[in-house]
Amino acid sequence: MTDQIATDEEIEKKVLEIVAEQTMVGKSEITLASTPEELGIDSLGLVEIVFAIEEAFNVSVPYNANDPSTSDFDLSTVKAVVDAVKRLIEEQKQTT
Amino acid sequence: MIDAEGLSIKIGAEAKEFDGEARFSRSQLTLWDRVTQMAIAAGEEAVQSAGLELGDEESLRAGAVVGTSMGGMHTLDENYDLIYRQGKSRIHPFTVPKLMPNAPASHLSMAFGARGPSWAVTTACASSNHAMGQAFQMVRSGALDVAITGGCESQLTFGVLKAWEGLRGMARDACRPFSKNRTGMVQGEGAAIIIFEKLERAIARGAPIWAEVVGFGASSDANDIVQPNQDGASRAMRAALQDAGLGAGEIGYINAHGTATAANDRTECAAIRHVFGEHADGLMVSSTKSMHGHCIGAAGALEMVATLGALRDGVIPPTINYDEPDPDCDLDVVPNEAREVEIEAALSNSFAFGGLNAVVAMRKWRGA
Repeated sequence: MTDQIATDEEIEKKVLEIVAEQTMVGKSEITLASTPEELGIDSLGLVEIVFAIEEAFNVSVPYNANDPSTSDFDLSTVKAVVDAVKRLIEEQKQTT
Repeated sequence: MIDAEGLSIKIGAEAKEFDGEARFSRSQLTLWDRVTQMAIAAGEEAVQSAGLELGDEESLRAGAVVGTSMGGMHTLDENYDLIYRQGKSRIHPFTVPKLMPNAPASHLSMAFGARGPSWAVTTACASSNHAMGQAFQMVRSGALDVAITGGCESQLTFGVLKAWEGLRGMARDACRPFSKNRTGMVQGEGAAIIIFEKLERAIARGAPIWAEVVGFGASSDANDIVQPNQDGASRAMRAALQDAGLGAGEIGYINAHGTATAANDRTECAAIRHVFGEHADGLMVSSTKSMHGHCIGAAGALEMVATLGALRDGVIPPTINYDEPDPDCDLDVVPNEAREVEIEAALSNSFAFGGLNAVVAMRKWRGA
């Protein structure tokens, strides 16, 4: 995935996979509208998801656990994460 | 499990059958280095065997005081490999909480709901004895009613073994304490957790009491960073006897530090002669490191378990791999075979690199 340009669909699928693995909530119960609170993800869990995203997409996520609301990376819903990953991949394409 | 390719150390006391992956959940394994996995496994056995249940109020007067020399070395080794050798630019976010030396103490406190004072103790090979000594003092002083104590170490990684190699004190074939043909230490890994509890509380709830911890003695050589010292060792044993109110003649067994290095065994035997005088010939001294290896920060805890067995069951653990008497170690070292002898009291010695000595005194429990 890191060596080729991921399609939007692939990004969404991979993000859902990562969230499912980190939360151990069944994939069928996770939707794009799910929030970390609904999925029982605590602050350490978010940090773990950020790490898994960085590894999967070879991007650097601007996330600061001290004050997530001011981070330039929206983790409020699964959809927000998918969009943020798309944007990061796009930005990275332009800089390389 | 550890690839010996590239190591001159060819023998290690690995806990081969300990399989954390099979025992713990994925989320636990994400946060627990092997050293913490071992501590928790030992803690579960201890808590279960002690029948320990902490109520809300009681949990405030329970703590975990746990010895470890190095902390999460597998985590450190693996992640150094990732960034230095494999050129990775990022490593797992839980690397710090996994490798910190207090992780085992913290996870024990969480696992068993101990909300009183908890901490890790690190004094190399004496970490467990210092930890248990402090736990004992906390319980005796009334600062804690229950201490989850002992030690853990899992240091058989390529990087750590390389470091040990450098000291040139490792055995060629086996750990042979007190034997004239000894060639040094065998590095091991493991954990032992013991529940220390205020005697009245233990009696009141009908807990299975293995023995009574009656004294702790510690000293510093203030001399050399690696060489053992007879004076420091003697003072720690004397201090333990004095703290326990035990006469030298009451000690039936000493679980020796007994690393099987030339220097330790000779110095330790001389210190025992110095402290016990004529009675040195009337007591048994063995090194169980001959069987479980030198588990460094876990050593004293494993050895306390062996000593508890000696006190409760009257089975004195042997010094195995003993081939040849050494005139410098001419004590009854219980060579090669366990012995059935009832004893009243015992000491367990730990003498650490850095000249930090810690000795625990125990007495047989004969009921209230």
